[in-house]
Amino acid sequence: MLTTFAATISLKTNLNIVSMEIKSLLAHTEGNLITTQISEDIVFENAFASDLMSDVLTLDASNTILITGLANLQTIRTAEMSDIECVIIGRNKKVTPDMLELAIKSNICLIESPFSVFKISGILYQNGIKPLY
Amino acid sequence: MEFNFTVTGGDFISAGHASSEVKKVLQKLNVDPKITRRIVVALYEAEVNIVAHAYSGTIKASIDTEKITLVLDDEGPGIPSIEQAMQEGFSTASEKVREMGFGAGMGLPNMSKNADELNITSDVNKGTRVEIITWLNNKAKA
Ligand SMILES: Nc1ncnc2c1ncn2[C@@H]1O[C@H](COP(=O)(O)OP(=O)(O)O)[C@@H](O)[C@H]1O
Ligand SMILES: [Mg+2]
Repeated sequence: MLTTFAATISLKTNLNIVSMEIKSLLAHTEGNLITTQISEDIVFENAFASDLMSDVLTLDASNTILITGLANLQTIRTAEMSDIECVIIGRNKKVTPDMLELAIKSNICLIESPFSVFKISGILYQNGIKPLY
Repeated sequence: MEFNFTVTGGDFISAGHASSEVKKVLQKLNVDPKITRRIVVALYEAEVNIVAHAYSGTIKASIDTEKITLVLDDEGPGIPSIEQAMQEGFSTASEKVREMGFGAGMGLPNMSKNADELNITSDVNKGTRVEIITWLNNKAKA
């Protein structure tokens, strides 16, 4: 089912793995959800922060959030190829219309956050999202 | 099944289009998502290499029940030393390529990691051919 989430805090506990849903991500990162349609049962366990797409493409994990300061079309392409379903763009960098179009087509949730990549990473880490390395 | 695509050097807007189309086909064919990811990650790095380093190119994707063969042919400067190019961190990428999130010299090593077979041949001042083979069944990498 597809739905639009409101920015309310909710943490889901799942077999001792604390995972964050989109709505809590939005609240924690004071984020702006750019894509409006996302799958409701999505649960995230890991995050990776990088501006280097070749680095992101070496990942071998599912349920992963990409936190990045790189806002261009290849950011979304990289997420698409890596099966990353959520991208948080830091420091108020703006999502362009072609990025948005591709994200919607590829079922990728895009969030703009005013916080730095460092701060977003720290907040997610504190809330139980695991690093990949 | 065979699919053909063209790639334009310097076109970072369309870069990844072919990889995206191949991914859709593999998903429709119900190929194991892990195998699909390995294939499209290798293909995407190879496609970006044409955009980043060559003038123009073509991609041919051939799919049968046993394996997927991707052949990328480009017209471009070629690679003087493939051995050197394969080394992690070696890159001749421009500032523009780095702004796009590439150009760290990690593409070829990652292609080699994800492909079951990677064959590269190149003629300096003419072009480069990259062949990526992935087995769909028991021969596949873990
Ligand atoms: N299709 C190509 N045509 C010409 N040179 C290439 C091509 N692909 C790779 N190279 C060369 O090999 C180097 C390493 O490639 P790669 O590992 O993908 O790193 P990057 O693309 O980040 O530089 C490139 O910087 C370039 O010099
Ligand atoms: Mg490359």
